[in-house]
Amino acid sequence: MRIAVLIKQVPDSDDVRMDEVTGTMIREGAGAMINPLDLHALQEALTIRSYQGGEVVALSMGPPQAEAALREALALGADDVVFLSDPRFAASDTWATARTLASACEKTGPYDLILAGEKATDGETGQVGPEVAVMLGFPFSTYVSRVEFDGCGSVKVSRTVEDGIERQKLPLPCLLTVLRDINEPALPTLSGKKAARRAALTVQGMGSLGLSPNEAGLAGSPTRVRRTFRPSIARSPRIFKAGDIDEGIAALFDELEDRGLIDERGSS
Amino acid sequence: MRNPSALGDILVLGEVRSGRLHRATLELTSKARSLADALGGEVSTLLMYDRIDRDPPTIVHYGADRVICVRDERLRLFDQEVQSTILSFVIDRTGPGIVLAPATTSGRTVMPAVAAMVGTGLTADCTGLEIETDSGLLLQTRPAIGGNIMATITTPDKRPQMATVRPRTFAIPEPDPGREGRVVEMALPDRCFESRVKPLGHEASPGDDVNIQDRDVIISGGKGMKREENFRLLRELAELLDGGVGASRAAVDNKWIAYSHQVGLSGKVVAPKAYFAVGISGSVQHLAGMQTAGLVVAINKDPEAPIFRAADIGLCGDLFDIVPRLIEGLRNRKGASG
Repeated sequence: MRIAVLIKQVPDSDDVRMDEVTGTMIREGAGAMINPLDLHALQEALTIRSYQGGEVVALSMGPPQAEAALREALALGADDVVFLSDPRFAASDTWATARTLASACEKTGPYDLILAGEKATDGETGQVGPEVAVMLGFPFSTYVSRVEFDGCGSVKVSRTVEDGIERQKLPLPCLLTVLRDINEPALPTLSGKKAARRAALTVQGMGSLGLSPNEAGLAGSPTRVRRTFRPSIARSPRIFKAGDIDEGIAALFDELEDRGLIDERGSS
Repeated sequence: MRNPSALGDILVLGEVRSGRLHRATLELTSKARSLADALGGEVSTLLMYDRIDRDPPTIVHYGADRVICVRDERLRLFDQEVQSTILSFVIDRTGPGIVLAPATTSGRTVMPAVAAMVGTGLTADCTGLEIETDSGLLLQTRPAIGGNIMATITTPDKRPQMATVRPRTFAIPEPDPGREGRVVEMALPDRCFESRVKPLGHEASPGDDVNIQDRDVIISGGKGMKREENFRLLRELAELLDGGVGASRAAVDNKWIAYSHQVGLSGKVVAPKAYFAVGISGSVQHLAGMQTAGLVVAINKDPEAPIFRAADIGLCGDLFDIVPRLIEGLRNRKGASG
């Protein structure tokens, strides 16, 4: 069984600082890490490999420093990695990112299974997985919290949705996006770390993937960011201490009432 | 372009889950109405179901010109492949300029598949939609980087312009029973129901697991809650305010509450009308997950806790004293007026 895992490097959320004046996150100097849900996808691939046999390939698109994410994937046990990096990939939206990843899956495939995290912590769109699946013509499922193989060329999954658990069966090959509940990622091994340091990474660009400029990067992106702005969140805290707590509670109830959040009819 | 004359039209993907119409269907239908009025177009709301708890014609009262009903036994359980095929079929037939869906697990699954099938752009989790006066483009605003920055996104050339919208972003207006519109039962070719995905079943889980992103009020607990049992206090307070219970990462890491309740960059980004941080000091990654909330209330015994600087009202003291007083106060109010 050949399994592809789509991973993304994201800013380390433990490492971010906030600009006290503007309320925005300072990303410069912040560390980077593999998107946490993608680690669960990788772990699931490694677990499946342990009882099905086969090969796990991690693919990532990103700027040159995203190489570190792929080395980490190797340290964690991936057999091979595919690094998609090209200045012309910059500013890709989800469609162009999916197009690039789908081309890479075609070029380095065939794969029996493709796994990815349900969403990344920076963009939070959750769109790339389903888009890659459709572009490859794969059936897919999302919000997967459990995977079982039935040994007959198909896979049973549990999806955690708003009102419970849905169970589905999909034929292979297919693509699944996974949630945190699916497993507990292991730590990298010492031998894995050594191998990861030594590994030679080849970089694939737009040319080697056979993509035309209007299929990738900004030019291949149907969406455009028109503008970004800071949400107005300036607050003037009113702090109530020891003797003033009753006054604070009264102020709080007034605020809740003004906002229509206290159900005065007592219906509950 | 399929049908340029229809590009002012808006198609809303309604949601019916286990026979219940999701409120976001009405939120989006009425928002689509005001957007379509700016464009001089029509609003169609698409419903796929095998049974439904509401009369489809009543959706006209919220702003739809047309309610497209696809009723079929094969829609009893959610199948992303069937729903995606049907939505792209209806898009192809009706040629809308804009397609909107709730940013639920279903909407966030079907819409990217359809965007890839149709070959157009999609913006996730919008919290603002408007029509740009000069261009007629849909301005799609969403929180980025954990709500620290808002980004306004357009789809300048490809059609339709597609967006998923966070539930409870737009209010549901009073229905207008005088509004006129039509209900269309659309018969679809059998191929629309062909799927490689086989739904096997659905198990409903207890209400505690409802998505906190859908709540107007969230009561979150952190390290200061000390133990799992103490979350009972927060549940009690949440129930009185018809809210949900959230948590900091510390509380989730201690296994006091499930991960689905975690607020912050490493959990869920939330923007309720009121957010209570109880026994939470306010790490950057937590603040980034709730700072766009309406009213922020901090309850903490440490006067230096950063959460107080991100709050509108801070109650500095022992939460085990303050929270019961809040509960009692709310009970008294309800008792007095009920």
